[in-house]
Amino acid sequence: MATFLGINLFALSGQLLVGLINGSFYALLSLGLAIIFGLLKIINFAQGAMYMLGAFFAWMALNYMGINYWAALILVPIVIGCIAILIERFLIRPIAGEDHLYSLLLTFGIALVLQGVFTHLFGSSGLPYKIPAELSGGTKLPFMYLPNYRAWIIVISLIVCGSTWWVIEKTKLGAYLRAGTENPQLMQGFGINVPLITTLTFGFGVALAGFAGVLAAPVYSVSPDMGSSVLIVVFAIVVIGGMGSIGGAILTGLLMGVVEGLTKFFYPEASATVIFLVMVIVLLIKPAGLFGKEA
Amino acid sequence: MKINKLYLVLFLLALVAPTVLYPVFLMKVLCFALFACAFNLLLGYVGLLSFGHAAFLGTGGYVTGAMMLHTGMGPELSILAGTVAAGLLGAVYGKLAVKREGIYFAMVTLALAQLAFFFYLQSPFTGGEDGLQGVPRGSLLGMIDLSDNMNMYYFVLAIFIFGFWLIHRTIHSPFGQILKAIRENEPRAVSLGYNVNDYKWVVFIISSALAGLAGSTKTLVFQLASLTDVHWHMSGEVVLMTLLGGMGTIFGPVVGAGVVVTIQNYLSGGELGNYIHIIMGLIFIVCVLAFRSGIVGEFQKMMKKNFG
Repeated sequence: MATFLGINLFALSGQLLVGLINGSFYALLSLGLAIIFGLLKIINFAQGAMYMLGAFFAWMALNYMGINYWAALILVPIVIGCIAILIERFLIRPIAGEDHLYSLLLTFGIALVLQGVFTHLFGSSGLPYKIPAELSGGTKLPFMYLPNYRAWIIVISLIVCGSTWWVIEKTKLGAYLRAGTENPQLMQGFGINVPLITTLTFGFGVALAGFAGVLAAPVYSVSPDMGSSVLIVVFAIVVIGGMGSIGGAILTGLLMGVVEGLTKFFYPEASATVIFLVMVIVLLIKPAGLFGKEA
Repeated sequence: MKINKLYLVLFLLALVAPTVLYPVFLMKVLCFALFACAFNLLLGYVGLLSFGHAAFLGTGGYVTGAMMLHTGMGPELSILAGTVAAGLLGAVYGKLAVKREGIYFAMVTLALAQLAFFFYLQSPFTGGEDGLQGVPRGSLLGMIDLSDNMNMYYFVLAIFIFGFWLIHRTIHSPFGQILKAIRENEPRAVSLGYNVNDYKWVVFIISSALAGLAGSTKTLVFQLASLTDVHWHMSGEVVLMTLLGGMGTIFGPVVGAGVVVTIQNYLSGGELGNYIHIIMGLIFIVCVLAFRSGIVGEFQKMMKKNFG
């Protein structure tokens, strides 16, 4: 058994890996929230429900239609993105001029309905989703056994987060988006279709949650309340990071996953609460968040 | 004068209500009405949306339950202890939460409430998933037996009236005027020299203590304190009650609590119990899209239009 200073490295690296995986999901979800917040200035309370929907759609696609994991990974986010576009167009846009608290309450209502519908249809116990054959098994590393599927989660979410960051920060489309965040009226004046960009942005931000849901289906059991518990943690992460930057949302997500993993190793009793405690500390020291701008 | 008559009529109705309706149901409505009124003090009068008020309801409930079970103190002291505990928690949470505004405030309070949820889930004195069961109601001042539902009802009614009066006083005091000024135009309130965060903090403490009072009373009524009271669903429910009844109106939360508790009671009995979250969610969506002033708010508008 490999130990260092009395620390069991095997167990430590195992928890670190779990932390990185959770962090990948946190990063995907908080990235989606940050993108939506940037342009629409709303917090999508249904983001967790959309993550749950992603996992359920993947499960339903496999069991009812025989659509495999790889196809689901592409199709499900598109379907969820389309649902989100409908929600934005018909529910959120009519109250765009109102206080932003109303859109928060609206998306909270949508989350309750979705969670209720799936609890009603599938019960609250989880459904299993098999790891795709191509990614079953694992690799033996010096300190640990690395299941291939878990490595895949980390790699693919880093790729998705990284390319989203690149598109927003480095391309012309991203420049439109950032400009829309700064001053939508001026953008509109330049002849750019801001409402269209807003709708598509909302769709993409929510599609990210759907994507995270499909990724999560084989590692967590697919259950109706999988979204709500993770969403509250992601809210704390958003407060910690501040929604000032896209890169900040990704980094904070990953970092908090690792912090949670380390806590699980050193002091397991606090693992469920550590992120909230970090949030309290950040609020005391830097209320705007690690990457946030003072309003 | 008109308002005073209205209060008198409502008071008389509340006095005779338990002869017509089931007292435990009425007590449940009163507890949730007080909870929603306390919440509305923040949302309706300062514009702060707390998504973590379940933490205070639950804290009041657990502390009162533990006091009744493990110490010899009577119901009045136990309720007082629960209220103070919730107020203290509110002082800590409020100090942190007022550092952020708008939707951040909602997220911070939700996250802090989740912290409380995990604390109560893990600490030994709360009984974990089972909660505190069989909490005795005790007897008021050692004389009035509260295990009798009618006695308990009038005790709960007295507590509710006290809480309602306190909120009414707060809103109509100079302090309350400043709160409304903060809601309407925070930068202007700052420019007039008011320390806005301190005002928000104080009202947060009042609101959380009253939410704790509601939770303490609820524990005595149902002789149970459980994790349901600290779950985020509860925080969502109180938002719904206030929104549905009419935020920023004094009677709105009472009406909203009455409607929501009635719906819940009606549904939980029948086969529609599974639909409860769907229905709550739909009410949320409809309220936000088409009914933002709530029942009382719309009623007031109608009165103004037709008779004003």
